[in-house]
Amino acid sequence: MKKLLLAGAALAAFAFSSAAPASAEYMKEHRGGTMRILAHAAAGTVDPHINYTLQYWQIYQSLYDGLIAFQKAGGPEGFTKVPDIAEEFPKPTNDGKTYVFKIRKGIKFSNGQELGVKDVVASFQRIFKVSSPTAGGFYSVIVGADKCIKDPKTCTLEGGVVGDEAASTVTINLIRPDAEIFDKLALPHAAILPADSPTTDVGSVPLPGTGAYMMSAYDPNKGMTLTRNPNFKVWSEMAQPDGYPDVVQYDFGPTEEAQVTAVQNGEADWMFDEAPADRLAEMGTKNKDQVHVTPLTAWWYLPMNNKLAPFDNIKARQAVNFAIDRKALVNLFGGPVLASPVCQVLPPGFPGHVDYCPYTKDPGAKWSAPDMEKAKKLVEESGTKGQKVTIIVEDKTVAKSIGVYLQSVLNELGYVAELKPISPDIQFTYIQNTKNNVQISVTQWYQDYPAASDFLNILFGSGSYTPGSDSSINISGYTNKELDEKIQKALALGVTDQEAANKIWSEVDKTVTDDSAAAAMFTPKHLDFTSKRLGNFQFNYQFYWMVTQSWVQ
Amino acid sequence: MTALIFFILILASCLSAPLYANWAGVNPFTSTLDATIMLDGKQTAVMEQSTEGLGLGYNPIGPTWQLGNYFLGADNQGRDVMARLLYGGWTSIIIASGATILTLLFATVLGLTAGFFGGVTDMILSRILDILWAFPVYLLAISLSIVMIAHGIDIGPFTIESGSLWLPVFIIGVIYIPYVARPIRGQVLSLRESEFVLAAISLGVPSHRILFRDILPNVTTTLIVFVPLMMALNMLTESALSFLSIGVQPPDASWGTIIQDGQGLLYSRPWVALAPGIAIVITVLALNVLGDGLRDALDPRSKVKLGRG
Repeated sequence: MKKLLLAGAALAAFAFSSAAPASAEYMKEHRGGTMRILAHAAAGTVDPHINYTLQYWQIYQSLYDGLIAFQKAGGPEGFTKVPDIAEEFPKPTNDGKTYVFKIRKGIKFSNGQELGVKDVVASFQRIFKVSSPTAGGFYSVIVGADKCIKDPKTCTLEGGVVGDEAASTVTINLIRPDAEIFDKLALPHAAILPADSPTTDVGSVPLPGTGAYMMSAYDPNKGMTLTRNPNFKVWSEMAQPDGYPDVVQYDFGPTEEAQVTAVQNGEADWMFDEAPADRLAEMGTKNKDQVHVTPLTAWWYLPMNNKLAPFDNIKARQAVNFAIDRKALVNLFGGPVLASPVCQVLPPGFPGHVDYCPYTKDPGAKWSAPDMEKAKKLVEESGTKGQKVTIIVEDKTVAKSIGVYLQSVLNELGYVAELKPISPDIQFTYIQNTKNNVQISVTQWYQDYPAASDFLNILFGSGSYTPGSDSSINISGYTNKELDEKIQKALALGVTDQEAANKIWSEVDKTVTDDSAAAAMFTPKHLDFTSKRLGNFQFNYQFYWMVTQSWVQ
Repeated sequence: MTALIFFILILASCLSAPLYANWAGVNPFTSTLDATIMLDGKQTAVMEQSTEGLGLGYNPIGPTWQLGNYFLGADNQGRDVMARLLYGGWTSIIIASGATILTLLFATVLGLTAGFFGGVTDMILSRILDILWAFPVYLLAISLSIVMIAHGIDIGPFTIESGSLWLPVFIIGVIYIPYVARPIRGQVLSLRESEFVLAAISLGVPSHRILFRDILPNVTTTLIVFVPLMMALNMLTESALSFLSIGVQPPDASWGTIIQDGQGLLYSRPWVALAPGIAIVITVLALNVLGDGLRDALDPRSKVKLGRG
């Protein structure tokens, strides 16, 4: 387990020895109590088929189950997939296009209903009926999905998801082999809900789940309460273990500053939001045993519009890549403990990642220093000097300070740079829509699941470029037919030979980097700040801190 | 008089911003994350990476209390806060002055027209002013700023670019027009019925001559009293908008933007936010006291009632 845990020895010992999370011995000693956690605000609807935020996905881990789950374990083992509501991984048939899942018996929802085949079938239909944000992306590979996307209300997924009550099986038929289908089935958007769940967004009314806990109260203006699911019995420690606290009280409202103070004073056990930059030094000294820093498979980058001047010129894009001081950017994020400079798309340690950095003083594997001289020369050669460039950033401390720095760099390169900080609520969709003519922006991407395609295909595939749409996640507007073919080849190869596919992903990563489709800045690390009483802190690489696997007594 | 001296001192300090920056050898509009200064004979980094404990955090240097050498410390881009404070003050004063001129100009025209001509003209203009004034001032300012900050203003020959300082001048200037126009109109209504105006009308003096020769000089006192008061009000509004990122745009500085820069450093480097805050308090106080003094000096009966209604 490679886990950078900057906490006390006792905590570290627990974390590193936690292959079986809720071991009987610990459970006996630490079960019970109320865990108090904080966030500045709610994260929207509680509907697991719709909500697309880390904040609630983290909570859903102990509330809901899918056919498949990511293992509830600390460290990179959290990327491992395990059967959950399905008894075992089915073997693909029909050239990798058909999977028959045997449904476990005896699992009950928190409302007392027993989970059956009809719930599984209805849940897949519901993904489309409620127009889940990933319905068209992740689940469009299911037979019948195209009809469901066109007309969600009448979605049946006929021929795509077929239940057999007698055999207690659900067959999923795909239109083509998909190496990532199990990853997609393990996400909260594919959670299994009761068949009679409303087919509209439930908003602030929690839906029954099969997890160890249930959401017994939810008020987006105040908070949520998780209590034990009275009908829960462990069927797989790896998929859905029992939890330690009896109650998890998640309160919304306090500012980030107030959250830090509350955790320091023992009034709260954990804070969701990023700690304010000016409290980091204090936390790292006075409360160092309560700080946990963990690497993430994420990426902070500068999408540059490949179809709009001046960045429709590759030399202008490369100039930005050479000019930015990634060390300074890392420092603006909180320092080298919290981030590492990168030049490429795939994060270190990710499938397909091979160290590569052509945009540094001494090109090679790692970034060392900016090359402003070369950058200025490239701008001259591009003939774009003197052009006006507008940078769009989120109106948040870190993003804005990166924007101010970038403005300074662009001005030094000879552009006339302007900075526009806009509300974090709309910035991400604003920069995606080509109608807004965004030239360059500051943004970040955190993986949905551990696959190279989740970065390279999603962020730079032509399929993700939808002009005029708020959902055009290929923000750079980078389109490359040859690259698309390679991506498709890697996706197809991944079904049978993941290692060979990873080699192709490395090539794709190198091409995107060489073409300067965007400017990579750094890979962030995640900082969790916990109370002194909180024990057994475990960071799952897929869904972050496992809330109910820590104890408070 | 003391208030006037204070204001002149602040004005002079802000005017000296380029001189100060030149003398200190700093560029307050460029990120200088790797800058170093000589402090107590030692070369010291302006941005300090924490080396204690877990080594978390990257903090700017605090106040050195040495003029020309990061007197008030640095902000999170390594920029000299003192130099930005002086430049920011100049920007804030320019915007407040520009908006005041705009407000008084339009308010005078509207107030005179509505009050003197009365009837339908008065009804139409007064209702327009009522509608504008019915919106909470800050809500209107924020709404206009959010709409205009992205694309600027482009109405025929009248164009203001999105990052221009003229944008907050225009927005703030417009939203306070009713605040001044309504009392002016009231005063003109009263003057319209005064004997010397009625006499001029009965003698057949043209309307424009009566307006400019008889009525305007009588409302000038009120307008003069409004100048420092509006400047104070406009300065506060500008600071609020800039604090919300919808006023002065980076890398330009105003006292509002510097407070926003300091918000994230409030715990470890409070002077980044405190210094512009104190500057705003002193300037607004000086302008308000100056306004009161002017009113007492020019209008002993204090006929002008400021505020809503």
